[in-house]
Amino acid sequence: MSAVMSEKWVEIGKLDEIPRLGSRVVRTATDEIAIFRAADDSVFALSNRCPHKQGPLSEGILHGHRVTCPLHNWVIELENGEAVAPDVGCARSYPVRLEGETIMLAI
Amino acid sequence: MKERLVLIGNGMAGVRTLEELLKLEPNKYDITVFGSEPHPNYNRILLSPVLAGEKQFDEIVLNRREWYQQHDIALHSGSPVVEINRVQRKVVAANGVEAGYDRLLLATGSSPFIIPVPGASLEGVISFRDIHDVEQMLAASRQYKRAVVIGGGLLGLEAANGLIKQGMDVSVVHLMDTLMERQLDAAAGAMLKRSLEENGMHFLMGAQTEAILGDKRVEAVRFADGSVVDADLVVMAVGIRPNIELARQAGLYCERGVVVNDTMQTYDPRIYALGECVQHRDTCYGLVAPLFEQAKVCANHLAELGYGRYEGSVTSTKLKVTGIDLFSAGDFHGDEQTEEIVFQDQAGGTYKKLVIKDNRISGAVLYGNTVDGAWYFQLMREGTDISDMRESLLFGEAAHLGSSGHGGQSKASAMGDEAQVCDCNGVCKGDIVKAITSEGLFTVDEVKAHTKAGASCGSCVGLVEQILANTLGGDYSAPEAKPLCACTDFTHDQVRSTIREYELTDKQGVFDKMDWRTPDGCHVCRPAINYYLISAWPGKAQDDAQSRFVNERVHGNIQKDGTFSVIPRILGGKTTPDELRAIADAADKFNVGEVNLTGGQRINMLGVKKEDLPAMWAFLTERGLVSGHAYGKALRTVKTCVGSTWCRFGTQDSTGLGIQLEEMTWASWMPHKFKMAVSGCPRNCAEATIKDFGVVCVDSGYELHIGGNGGVKVRATDVLCRVTTEEEVMEHCAAFIQLYREEARYLERTAPWIERIGLSYIKKRILEDVDGRKALYTRFLESQDVAQHDPWTVRAKGAEAHEFTPIKQIGE
Repeated sequence: MSAVMSEKWVEIGKLDEIPRLGSRVVRTATDEIAIFRAADDSVFALSNRCPHKQGPLSEGILHGHRVTCPLHNWVIELENGEAVAPDVGCARSYPVRLEGETIMLAI
Repeated sequence: MKERLVLIGNGMAGVRTLEELLKLEPNKYDITVFGSEPHPNYNRILLSPVLAGEKQFDEIVLNRREWYQQHDIALHSGSPVVEINRVQRKVVAANGVEAGYDRLLLATGSSPFIIPVPGASLEGVISFRDIHDVEQMLAASRQYKRAVVIGGGLLGLEAANGLIKQGMDVSVVHLMDTLMERQLDAAAGAMLKRSLEENGMHFLMGAQTEAILGDKRVEAVRFADGSVVDADLVVMAVGIRPNIELARQAGLYCERGVVVNDTMQTYDPRIYALGECVQHRDTCYGLVAPLFEQAKVCANHLAELGYGRYEGSVTSTKLKVTGIDLFSAGDFHGDEQTEEIVFQDQAGGTYKKLVIKDNRISGAVLYGNTVDGAWYFQLMREGTDISDMRESLLFGEAAHLGSSGHGGQSKASAMGDEAQVCDCNGVCKGDIVKAITSEGLFTVDEVKAHTKAGASCGSCVGLVEQILANTLGGDYSAPEAKPLCACTDFTHDQVRSTIREYELTDKQGVFDKMDWRTPDGCHVCRPAINYYLISAWPGKAQDDAQSRFVNERVHGNIQKDGTFSVIPRILGGKTTPDELRAIADAADKFNVGEVNLTGGQRINMLGVKKEDLPAMWAFLTERGLVSGHAYGKALRTVKTCVGSTWCRFGTQDSTGLGIQLEEMTWASWMPHKFKMAVSGCPRNCAEATIKDFGVVCVDSGYELHIGGNGGVKVRATDVLCRVTTEEEVMEHCAAFIQLYREEARYLERTAPWIERIGLSYIKKRILEDVDGRKALYTRFLESQDVAQHDPWTVRAKGAEAHEFTPIKQIGE
């Protein structure tokens, strides 16, 4: 996959710049990526568009490792972007990791 | 090593318990299931449609063999258990298979009762209980013509209906004089009989079966009066009895059924039981709905969570015979302490009877028009005081509340499959019926999740509930008390009273105290809990931004494209050229996509990008405008007319009063949005009679109105009282709002709240209890001290900046 081949890790900010159970976005030339911080301080990155009607997932309510889209309440798994059954669909997910307090995103 | 759980009975009750258990504790047990039928678990409710030829067996299977494999459950089908050895803690099946247990679950169901008459064991005499019986009936219908069904109850009539559909000539024999006498009174029973006769069913009423005649196969049935009816097939459907033989042999205490306590435990604490085989608080249930409530409780205890009690079910009944609408619930016969409200239209084929005890519905029978069955059932379950709606009660919910959004359509059974039920999401009746039967759905919430019907504005939920009831027939009943969400079994009211009683001030306290199933709740419970906390402890409980829906967190309304709308407050609808210029300049400066006028006398600027919001608010607040809270579960607008200042009919200064009301109430968080209006005279140009709180000025003072709604369900207000001064208007308004804030459930508008608790109660609290009113008024003003800060001003100055800016921009 060419996307994986050209993947590069970028520093995007510190963990405490995102509230717990909150989200902020990273803008790239081609996409808007929502970075989520769960209650256990794990971080996730998904394309900021719900697979249903492109709602901004970064504005949703986080619970566990899931986010509820603010437009029509689809629930999306943060781990892989999959919609929780019975809904079907997937938001693109991006590799993301913490180096100490620094959030690193692969794009 | 895992504990061993053995389930005896591969039916709906037992397997539902396993499903609930797997949701709670997927890895706690090694599970083994014994079933006497050679099939996986299927939906027994839908046997009638299979018999009527409307469905195939495949379509009613609930859990296929793959499901058992996926969850590592050992399934022994076609393998009845013949012994429970409680000393060695093992069960033994007829084929010799043994399984040891740490916990045992009995769900052995019930058997049809066979009348002990001569000839009962002849070929062609069968019951109506499982798929094997249905197959036998279908086979007989291909070969024979004449059928006799013994038993004119729910099951017997469904069997008779199916056999007629298969082309047989069917006579129903009933011992009593009324069909379905356990569900219907004499009047409704007679109407049902007439309709079924029109479908070609024959009846022998008050007939006692004496013998079944024939050599090898049944040939006729003889009755106590000596009469004889020819028959090639006899179906016995006179009732069921719990299967308790196995439990009795094992020495478990049984009466009519296996006796269990409120945690579904038998007298042996290692052994649980549920479903049709049990007797709980002296009741044995023969419908499916109670089983699901039992399954939830049982799974909870098997998972060792240790809370959850089953306290019995109120059930309702519907008959699954096409073209017949019938509903019954509760104690519909009544006694000396009850009274009846009856509507009877023989020619129109409509009959309604409500049994009332202490101003509450204790039973209902509906025939011909069952639209309001679900509504009556809800009033009954919730114990709603109906004294305020006695006069219109029989005319149903529609007479009470006008609905928008399903074209006046309210009769589910008369709808075609293509008829649209949910107008928000475009879901047709056929889609819903298909989802119910193919996905095995039993609750409105499940239908919402799978089809989206009723998941948006909610106006069609009653219709969805009816379709569910029609499809599942006698086996559907709405849950007793609805839990707040899937994270808990507690209701809104229980959560709220716990917050008060234990002085909980943050969400974690609630989750800990009430054993929340999820670590941080979900999008349903978090906003509700946040509201309950900040309304119970103003200034003390921390408002949690991450538990707010985006609109309230960002102080603007999110639109479908992710942009926001900006609506400044225009007090009482009265504005100035300077304010209008400021709004126009803001719209120019921030490239607003569209400007429109709202129904609440304000101006809406649409299409604003999120990162532009703080700057736009700064621009507006510098010019004296503040947030209109058009995005919140909060006071929205106070609509006014120009009143006595200008209008030749005006009796009071309605505009001035509207402004005072808005100044007092703006920024107060509520269970749902809240709208007010003040009209200057009874011509009511400000439409005060469809607002949450409305004032109609009259020559002698002010008429106060409450509980109106112009949205999903139109509801005209109830008149609260008349007062003579503006000060009294203010005090009553604040007291009413505070009562609503303290007692209504989150996301409950004032209209359904008043429907639920009754106008009398509100009058008692606001009018009769003068000290109480003053205390409510004071509490409202105190909470306003904390709440009345313009959210735009502080954010324009940089508060919560992280909310409005990307964390990083990469590339252009």
